[in-house]
Amino acid sequence: MKPGTKLKSAVCDTEVMVIRGATIVVECGGSPMVEEKPAQRGTIHPAFAAGTKIGKRYVDAAGTVELLCVKAGQGSLSIAGAALQLKDAKPLPSSD
Amino acid sequence: MNISLILQMAADAEPDRIGLVCDGRRWSYGALWRAALGAANSISNSGCSHVALLDESSEASAIALFGAAIAGIPYVPLNYRLADADLAALLKRIVPAYIIGDAERVARLNPESGYHTTGRATFVAEAERLADSAASGEEDDADIAVQLFTSGTTAAPKAALLRHANLLPYILGTVEFASAAPEEAGLVSVPPYHIAGIAALLSSIYSMRRIVMLPAFDPDAWLALASSERATHAFVVPTMLARIIARMDAGAKVDLSSMQAIAYGGGRMPPELIEHALELFPDVGFTNAYGLTETSSTIALLGPEEHRAAQRATDPNVRARLSSVGKPLPTVQIEIRDEEGHGLSAGQCGEIYVRGDQVSGEYKERKALDKDGWFPTRDAGWIDADGYLFLAGRTDDVIVRGGENMSPGEIEDVLMTHPAIADAAAVGVPSVEWGEAVGIAIVAKPDQALPSDDELRALIRNRLRSSRVPERIARLDALPYNEMGKLLRREVRALFRS
Repeated sequence: MKPGTKLKSAVCDTEVMVIRGATIVVECGGSPMVEEKPAQRGTIHPAFAAGTKIGKRYVDAAGTVELLCVKAGQGSLSIAGAALQLKDAKPLPSSD
Repeated sequence: MNISLILQMAADAEPDRIGLVCDGRRWSYGALWRAALGAANSISNSGCSHVALLDESSEASAIALFGAAIAGIPYVPLNYRLADADLAALLKRIVPAYIIGDAERVARLNPESGYHTTGRATFVAEAERLADSAASGEEDDADIAVQLFTSGTTAAPKAALLRHANLLPYILGTVEFASAAPEEAGLVSVPPYHIAGIAALLSSIYSMRRIVMLPAFDPDAWLALASSERATHAFVVPTMLARIIARMDAGAKVDLSSMQAIAYGGGRMPPELIEHALELFPDVGFTNAYGLTETSSTIALLGPEEHRAAQRATDPNVRARLSSVGKPLPTVQIEIRDEEGHGLSAGQCGEIYVRGDQVSGEYKERKALDKDGWFPTRDAGWIDADGYLFLAGRTDDVIVRGGENMSPGEIEDVLMTHPAIADAAAVGVPSVEWGEAVGIAIVAKPDQALPSDDELRALIRNRLRSSRVPERIARLDALPYNEMGKLLRREVRALFRS
């Protein structure tokens, strides 16, 4: 998963872009995310249905993976069943 | 990776929110995105290898930037102020090009080359018309997003290349998506062919701060638009700020109560100008941004709190920060190196090197990055003990007198403290004894008599080391600047050679 790779949810509208990656399978709504959307959409696992927010960054506890949500959806993100956390924004003053 | 993601996300999140205001027309993010899709369709159909803009800023610069990105073709905004011969030379370097703007001028300069030309209004109308028949906008992994010709103050313009993989990480690393409050509006008055003009479009749209576009800078038009559109943010180059403040000092009546933040960059800010601005706008947050075309805009910044802390400070080291460009962005590394490439420690002046995803350091002709990814900026500077970066001019402008390196800026700052001097430049002049010595060119304020040579030399000697005392002195009506307010030092040097 190199930076810039886009992953799509197999169960909802969520799309993420890899900011920092590792060779790890990311899940959305409980199902592995894919590079090409499947023809048939699966169902969201109720334990992973909190939703994703566009423009937010998600990280794993170890800090090895960072994803930017580029399209919001109903499922939520996890790796090996462990939910990813929202990353705090560190705002810079506008310079452009 | 593709910068079109920026507009796509804004259009997806809030399609009906107003993203851009120009010449009275208000564009929603959804409308801009549809027009960009239509433009991409038109661009792809043309079979051209570049998308050029030969025009002032307008909605067309945003539509062309994102349309070219979706089509996977470099966007090349051109400086419409260039003389015919210089513009014709640049046009030959981007064949075949889809050119938006002054079609008549392109035809006159290069009648044979078969460019696809279209006027601004025609381009925008076609982009809107083609939107529905366009593809989904699922962008490819395009390569070069923007090609900018450098201003060429020292040599022929170089074609700087900015990849999607430079610009997108810059925006994602410095701007929080949709972080702007609904009332926020940023006044954009920098030309479309300048890196600051590109960065303003990308940053504003990603933060979802409404862009208020001023097609070409004029201080009265700037003040009027800032007031009527209730602008909360603005980016200016120092000469623009000087002209805006001059109008206000002359009694221009405007309501700038909505203004929250002014960022500046693109050239050296005279200390007396920023001090005056801080007093004139006590509630505005000022940010000094330092960056280059080759670094996708900002690499270091001095923020609003640091400006106010320096303004209040009695400690000379803190006060001096008003003339620094602040600290490096968390996403880049900056080092100061000597001529042999060895790292220098705090306080030592050398060449500024920078490294990071946003740093392209690449021209069409060659790549300027070293093997470890560091870009030599050709800017001279130093970092103080607290990590603040100070600029000392271009390395080519450093005056080397008998092995001693001298920054033109420190001499100019002292000259500018004289009440009769309106403008000053210090350059290296040939010296038989020292190799190079200091030459100064000064301009008088209206109705003021310039000081004598002896008085000028005493002024410098009393404030700086004796090596800075000028050997040659020229009195001019005005110093030579380019249209972005950059002092053309080569022309000042030429003056002393003739």
